[in-house]
Amino acid sequence: MGVPLIETRGLKKYFKTSRGMLHAVEDINLKIQAGETLGVVGESGCGKSTLGRTILRLLPATAGEVLYNGENILTYKKHEMQKIHLNMQMIFQDPYSSLNPRMSIANIIAEPIKVCGTVTGRHAIEEKVEEIMDLCGLPKRYMNTYPHELDGGRRQRVGLARAMAVDPKFIVCDEPVSALDVSIQAQILNLLMDLQEQKGLSYMFITHDLCVVKHISSNIMVMYMGQVVEYASKEELFKNQLHPYTKALLSAIPTIDLSRRSRERHALTGEVTSPIEPAPGCRFAPRCPHASEKCREQSELREVSPGHYVSCVLCR
Amino acid sequence: MSKRNAKSTAPHERSAWGLILFRFQKNKLAMLGVVILAAMALVILLAPLYVSYDRVSALDVLNKFVTPCKEFPFGTDELGRDLFARVIYGGRISLFGGIATIVIAFSIGCIIGGAAGYFGGKVDTVLMRMIDMLMAIPSALLAMAIITALGNGIWKLIIALAISEIPRFARVVRASILTLRNQEYVEAAKCYGSSSLQIIMRHILPNGIGPIIVSATLMLGQTIISISSMGFLGLGVESPTPEWGTIISENKINIRYYPHLGLIPGACIMLAVMAVNFIGDGLRDAFDPRTKN
Amino acid sequence: MRESAVHAEKCENLLEIQDLHVQYNTDDAVVHALNGFSLTVNRGQKIGLVGETGAGKTTCALSILRLLPDKVGQITSGSITYDGEDLLHAPTAYMLSLRGTKVSMIFQDPMTSLNPIITVGDQILEVLDLHYPDMSKEEKEKRVDEILSLVGIPPSRKNEFPHQFSGGMKQRIVIAMALIAEPELLLADEPTTALDVTIQAQILELMKELKSKFNTAVVLITHDLGVVAEFCDDVAVVYAGEVIESGSVEAVFAREKNHPYTEGLFNCLPDLSSTAPRLIPIPGFMADPTNLPEGCSFADRCPYCRSICRSEKPQMHVWGGHGIKCHLFGQKEVE
Repeated sequence: MGVPLIETRGLKKYFKTSRGMLHAVEDINLKIQAGETLGVVGESGCGKSTLGRTILRLLPATAGEVLYNGENILTYKKHEMQKIHLNMQMIFQDPYSSLNPRMSIANIIAEPIKVCGTVTGRHAIEEKVEEIMDLCGLPKRYMNTYPHELDGGRRQRVGLARAMAVDPKFIVCDEPVSALDVSIQAQILNLLMDLQEQKGLSYMFITHDLCVVKHISSNIMVMYMGQVVEYASKEELFKNQLHPYTKALLSAIPTIDLSRRSRERHALTGEVTSPIEPAPGCRFAPRCPHASEKCREQSELREVSPGHYVSCVLCR
Repeated sequence: MSKRNAKSTAPHERSAWGLILFRFQKNKLAMLGVVILAAMALVILLAPLYVSYDRVSALDVLNKFVTPCKEFPFGTDELGRDLFARVIYGGRISLFGGIATIVIAFSIGCIIGGAAGYFGGKVDTVLMRMIDMLMAIPSALLAMAIITALGNGIWKLIIALAISEIPRFARVVRASILTLRNQEYVEAAKCYGSSSLQIIMRHILPNGIGPIIVSATLMLGQTIISISSMGFLGLGVESPTPEWGTIISENKINIRYYPHLGLIPGACIMLAVMAVNFIGDGLRDAFDPRTKN
Repeated sequence: MRESAVHAEKCENLLEIQDLHVQYNTDDAVVHALNGFSLTVNRGQKIGLVGETGAGKTTCALSILRLLPDKVGQITSGSITYDGEDLLHAPTAYMLSLRGTKVSMIFQDPMTSLNPIITVGDQILEVLDLHYPDMSKEEKEKRVDEILSLVGIPPSRKNEFPHQFSGGMKQRIVIAMALIAEPELLLADEPTTALDVTIQAQILELMKELKSKFNTAVVLITHDLGVVAEFCDDVAVVYAGEVIESGSVEAVFAREKNHPYTEGLFNCLPDLSSTAPRLIPIPGFMADPTNLPEGCSFADRCPYCRSICRSEKPQMHVWGGHGIKCHLFGQKEVE
């Protein structure tokens, strides 16, 4: 494989809080090839959204590099930022707060085009907006409507259309279907996959829902309290998950498959705390049924089999 | 749901501002406010055409306390001055002075509050501590102190009052921006490279403007009264220059026997404040696309 | 026969809702939230009420407790019988004694269902104060300690305030409040939707334990078919204010015979064990509750729609406790 489209090296994001440094994203190394989807899974507060926003420079990184086509975008000066805006976009979780309620649908989609200046001239912009709306399955008659007149699924399509307006190569999807009903969720997932096929897009798909991630991703990264605990291809991860947290997460998912009702469960006790000034070692250890003295040592992501990385002392 | 069906009848092919204007025009009370205010402004501005300014301070002791009649439509006061001329010319200071004060306080308050809310951190701390310092002094006292320092004069009065009103605007603007700056559509705008100014102008202000406009209109009434209280204290507007508030305070001893001396300028203040409040409510609704078209 | 038979065998019915119609009179239009909603809950039964946003699940729970918003929400016809008592015509005093003691409700958001300025211990005590005014102070304190340890919270933490607990812990406290009076029926409205999956698993496990301890009947309202499959004995699928399919979890989730809507729901759900590359979404949108069609409310989105579906409301067709409200099955049975 050539140069990955997106790569991070030792990416860190800390936040200052009154109780000390919060290690939201700790030393993340990931690669996303063109046309691929990386699924990032974890519970609330595991740093998955922060990771996505740090890659897009919506938040300043504390340390590390983000490479786009081999170029470190974190060192870009103000006038170079356009390259990021034209290639990397984001879609958001909340279909209600992600659209400006005072702007019509056509204006929402036209705004990025106008700001980036990819297309100029009133007529040309209008044509582009129509093209994008068509691409995202939005009928033309919605052009002059306002977000509050649309339901959640259509609003999410508008959010996607806004991201697609500048023809990006990479989109960070932050829980784009979590707030939607299942029947609408399926429509949006299919649309995302169609667009990927047509345009060769790459996604970073952030979600707490392993079922959704299984459906859409090529590779999956499981995060816990800011750290990557397991990273593998989709097939490998669902066939042979190694980290105790991944196992617990998988067994906790309620399933409609009655044959799995009596499956072995790795029920977890306790809850996620926030990683403020965390002690070295595995952050999952306090909830881990297999934790031992060894877990207090520095934990590291190790390659246990080709392409399958696990951060657990039990998996050598 | 029914709204979604009704949208086919909604106006098409209108720009965002066109739509705001359209919704504003649909609001009957707001349009009434506009008509009242426009009429008052016209009457006041065109005053030199039908009343000479000399009549404002021309004493005519023989004709004092005349009740409204053909020659003196609003009657005369204890010095025999034509109340009609005084009210009409007084409007220049009351109405336009009040509006000018609000416009200045509003603009500066928006900038300070906007910057504090949007940038946060140190900018916020420094700006808001300054605002807190201003707020710690009663606004009337502050205005008096400023005008004493600057000296008398209508423009100096306006500036003094504007400064004393900046803190309230700054706080309202900051609060509304704080709730809006973390909205996901603001993040989306950052994603496609909108500048801070673009984000504030396109995404934050249009959404936060409603409560700010309403508080601005509510404060206009207060400002008209403040101008008159300052005049009463001999600050800013000096007798014999007329001004609605001053007219009332000049005549307050005689109001008991000649109520028109207080009622007429009082009605002018009330009418102006009411009209502005109607317009404010109308604007707030017009800025919100969720109100029906 | 216009009756929803969740269980074929005759048990003692705790709650029986018959052909309930509820509408919301808003400024713009009349929203028909429930349209002939029928449901039977037996003692100790765990029944799941599944449906999408706007299907009328929460309206149903609010109607049972007569907590519909004043003036706006209106029950137009039908009946709700609780333990032989007609709830729609019961005096207010009876309803007050019912809420909290016999029927409890858990809401979706644990963050807003607790009062932030009262300690959790006092909030639970308040429930006891209301329903057992004669109980001694010590007795009450003891009950609070018991219920807290039962839901997995150390009683020593009862003097803390809600914000000192995490989301999952708060939901445990809400459950403790709902169960302290040992109700016969628990209405749980999306109790785990706001929680993470591992916490959701804990809460569901807790509810299962408590259910078997107190033999409380549970109506679990959710949009998540998986949660129903894991937690419930029986399931009722709600669409446009009607129960369109009901039966045991085994019968419905066997996926052999289903209402076209239920079938659509199964098809569009990304599941861990499925390998399909694409999901099959249900086309179209939920019927407009201000303007319901004459026939079957799912007809517009149904792949098997025929002319009869547009003109006539389907009846519930029942086989051994599994009921489906669809013309498709009536036809087959006749054939």
